[in-house]
Amino acid sequence: MERIAITDAAGRVLEQLKAKHGELIFHQSGGCCDGSAPMVFEKGDMYLDESDILLGTLQDVNFYMNQDQFEYWKHTHLTVDVTEGRGASFSLEIPLGLRFFIHSRLLTNEENEMLNK
Amino acid sequence: MSYSKPKFKEKYGNFINGKFVAPIGGQYFDNTSPIDNSLIAKYPRSQKEDVELALDAANAAKEAWGNTSAAERASLLNKVADIIEANLEEFALVETCDNGKPIRETLNADIPLAVDHWRYFAACIRSEEGSATELDHNTLSMNIKEPLGVIGQIIPWNFPLLMLSWKLPPALVTGNCVVLKPAEQTPSSATLLMEKIADVFPPGVVNIVHGFGPEAGKPLASSAKVDKVAFTGETTTGQLIMQYASKNLNPVTMELGGKSPNVFFNSVMDADDAYLDKAIEGAVLFAFNQGEVCTCPSRILVQEDIYDAFMERVIERTNAIIQTNPYDVSCMVGAQASNDQYEKIQSYFKIGKDEGAKVLTGGAANKLDGDLANGFYIKPTLLEGHNKMRVFQEEIFGPVACVTKFKDEAEAIEIANDTLYGLGAGVWTRDAHQLYQIPRAIKAGRVWVNCYHAYPAHAPFGGYKKSGFGRENHVMMLNYYRQTKNMLISYDKNKLGFF
Repeated sequence: MERIAITDAAGRVLEQLKAKHGELIFHQSGGCCDGSAPMVFEKGDMYLDESDILLGTLQDVNFYMNQDQFEYWKHTHLTVDVTEGRGASFSLEIPLGLRFFIHSRLLTNEENEMLNK
Repeated sequence: MSYSKPKFKEKYGNFINGKFVAPIGGQYFDNTSPIDNSLIAKYPRSQKEDVELALDAANAAKEAWGNTSAAERASLLNKVADIIEANLEEFALVETCDNGKPIRETLNADIPLAVDHWRYFAACIRSEEGSATELDHNTLSMNIKEPLGVIGQIIPWNFPLLMLSWKLPPALVTGNCVVLKPAEQTPSSATLLMEKIADVFPPGVVNIVHGFGPEAGKPLASSAKVDKVAFTGETTTGQLIMQYASKNLNPVTMELGGKSPNVFFNSVMDADDAYLDKAIEGAVLFAFNQGEVCTCPSRILVQEDIYDAFMERVIERTNAIIQTNPYDVSCMVGAQASNDQYEKIQSYFKIGKDEGAKVLTGGAANKLDGDLANGFYIKPTLLEGHNKMRVFQEEIFGPVACVTKFKDEAEAIEIANDTLYGLGAGVWTRDAHQLYQIPRAIKAGRVWVNCYHAYPAHAPFGGYKKSGFGRENHVMMLNYYRQTKNMLISYDKNKLGFF
């Protein structure tokens, strides 16, 4: 039972990025402009500590979110998808003309019981 | 009246050391218009070596520029203001084409306000003085302000020329050189400005480098050749930039967005008058600039005893919004700036509905006719729910407001502050006590009281909490781009007597 998943299309882009950049991580951003979207970086580029919650692992790529934000998100299941677009962040898929984004749904009662209790 | 898409060249360069240059690697990216998804032009897909070139130019220019007089620098800022003003319509059209916002806004708000910011900072530097204090009879402490040197600036795509005009003038007028990276979604107005002002500043003082965040933004933000980084954007990138700056022990300013509450107390409906009309418009301002504003009043909080009557008027006014071709002066809400924003907003409609939010109006994309069918239009949307829902907590950056009710002042303040962010807020009341007490209780850097979405140059703007730190605009901005040199001068002829 997982909090997070990835679509096939996004998974293929992630593999492409791994081949180019090596080990990666996702970090969910908040705030304006290109916020409220997941960012992908080379592992080690972003300083992570106990304030970053590990939501799960997608194709060996850890997905993190700041714990304050997680408090507002933890009742939802997230699926990473990809679309054509331009972000102005440092996320590594941007030069491909693509942007990762998130589909969300409510956790089922069973999932909620398992993941949040 | 309607305008049409302006003409562009096939491709543009970076503006480095006073002239346009091609990217060293020869790569470009296609920039498209969100109005109809058509090609605008090719812009440089710059890499680290292009950024380095710009930083070297800025560093070579900084000493001479830092030694110019305040009068000289101010006069050049005024010259820029005059040039933008003389070409206002051309800038407005380019901005509308690149960003998708209505032409009435670029003509009447974005560009005139940009002009005013250049003039404001020119005026500031001329009227300020340093300080000198006689610490004792023989000792004088003199504070002289010095430029930091070279500033890296990364600006967003929601108000391209205006955000450039918030960041460039205070940095330049204080004697710094700048390397600025526009957002890759909206490189056009910064380029047009450089074409128009190419000869105004000495070479190397202003440099514009285009490109993608990971390829051009990151080398700029992490370079040891910058003395400060100023950023507007989202939290994760903000955190990364601070991390890079820490390696160089550089200062940063961060403007990272919000989820701003707009609070309506019951006294707004004490009379059906001009003020109530203004308050209703104040609620509908969530749709201004397609909701692509860091301070978008995206949470509407209404006191429960007026909720139904007030919201009826707000829904009616929202439904009267004209969404059409952004080049048409009747257009009130245009296109979202990019496809990924368009998709993201729609994903929020889904989770909002899943969580039980009720769609009061809108809640879907808007397919316009003809060429506009390829553009990124979202219907102005009101969602009713409660503050713990994700749509109440995350910046959607679309024409979407989430509406909820509150019982009393205490609950209004509690809901208003139940957010990670603290950039903007609105308070609407006829009660003289609430006018002061409620804004003081809201943890946000800018509280509009009986107004919203005004951005005068002379009022400081910036965030509390995860909305960032540091301020923009206002005379205080000058010191965000300066060092303080303290000269401690002794006029005593006698030794201390220690040695």
